[in-house]
Amino acid sequence: MFRVIDGDVIYDKLVDVITKANFELSRDVEDALWEAYNNEDNENAKIVLDILIKNTRIAKEKRIPICQDCGMVVAFVEIGDKVCVKGNLNDLIDRAVSDVYKKNYLRPSVVKDPLRRINTQDNTPAIVYYEIKPGDKLRVYILIKGFGSENASIVKSLLPTVTEEELINEIVNHVKNYGPNACPPLLVGIGIGGTLEKAALLSKKATLRPLKEKNHDPYWAKMEEILLEEINKLNIGPGGLGGKTTALGVHIEVFPVHIAGFTLAINMQCSAIRHGWFEI
Amino acid sequence: MRFKKIFLPKEINELKSLKVGEWLLLNGPIFSARDQACKLLVDLIKEGKGIPLELKNSLIYHMGPSPTPPGRVSGSAGPTTSKRMDPFVSWLLSQGIVGFIGKGKRDKETEMYFKKYKGVYLVTVGGAGAYLGDKIKKMEIFAFPELGPEAIYYLEVEDFPAMVAIDSEGNSFWK
Repeated sequence: MFRVIDGDVIYDKLVDVITKANFELSRDVEDALWEAYNNEDNENAKIVLDILIKNTRIAKEKRIPICQDCGMVVAFVEIGDKVCVKGNLNDLIDRAVSDVYKKNYLRPSVVKDPLRRINTQDNTPAIVYYEIKPGDKLRVYILIKGFGSENASIVKSLLPTVTEEELINEIVNHVKNYGPNACPPLLVGIGIGGTLEKAALLSKKATLRPLKEKNHDPYWAKMEEILLEEINKLNIGPGGLGGKTTALGVHIEVFPVHIAGFTLAINMQCSAIRHGWFEI
Repeated sequence: MRFKKIFLPKEINELKSLKVGEWLLLNGPIFSARDQACKLLVDLIKEGKGIPLELKNSLIYHMGPSPTPPGRVSGSAGPTTSKRMDPFVSWLLSQGIVGFIGKGKRDKETEMYFKKYKGVYLVTVGGAGAYLGDKIKKMEIFAFPELGPEAIYYLEVEDFPAMVAIDSEGNSFWK
């Protein structure tokens, strides 16, 4: 038996989540900023974190977008194998993005063609990924991705014989070089394994996980801890102006890989971690 | 930490005597220009036409705001990554622009130009668009309206926070 979900129901939820994500940071992120503020003794770090915390309050109270870069909208859709959607899900997502961005004065930041650069005016198209899951639920994760941090992200191939230490160095070095411009404190999303695009996708999915939630494999959870510690020794700090809070979290997602390969993707997420999700 | 208040345009030359690491509260008029607008300004210079007079002796803020809702002065208006504007720095400083407000590190070569032209690079807080937008008390389109959020805006700011990241002697926060 299939469960039929009406398109209008999905559209309403999409509108709520996309709107809210642009004006309100989730609780885990706000808490992490406060924790960092209390933990810092570097003066620049204190100034930057104080402004970032005030920013979240002003955004919420005065309904000004958290960041002027209202990003590209990325949707991760998980459809239960017993679900039938009445309507075209892709169109529903784009319609929701278009309506939300126009209605709420969010900056349209998408150009139709990378070289010819004509703005689409409504921030569409969204980037949408689908996954089939067992069950009769529909779950959608929304990510508002700014490009200051997206530009600081990479995918690359390491040797299959790479050691733990070399991997750690590779990641820490990348953050050292690209972190200061990516609006720290960062959430560093890491995808390891699979093909080129799989690793990239994993690294982005890793940034959806709430802060403080670790990889379920204790081996990789430990690696997340080591990396966070090493990255926070870089003294990049909030705003790149020094301090011990270069990253609020490091999240790793892993997938099997070919015997000849070791794919690594690093997706940098700025301090304005804007995401949300719903389940129907 | 003490913030030094700067009143523009009359104290614009004071910026040249400030040192790396000093925090400022800017008050008065500045202009915005990011990727495409900077490129168009440099095109004008290359064609021998020069930049609009108003931009001389001013600060350029690398920023593209979110649209202004009715009844408001500004939308969200934080800095964008300045490094992308590195290729334009020497051109713009050579025309008498005093400096830039943005975020992030610059190329070594770019740092040199600040010394050569006695310019300054100030950084403000990336990701604080709501807070910084709230510091804007006047905003109007100055040039290139066809660029939408990338147009050049005339802005008047009040207690707008920024730190000196590269001073007029070419000293850099990042060494």
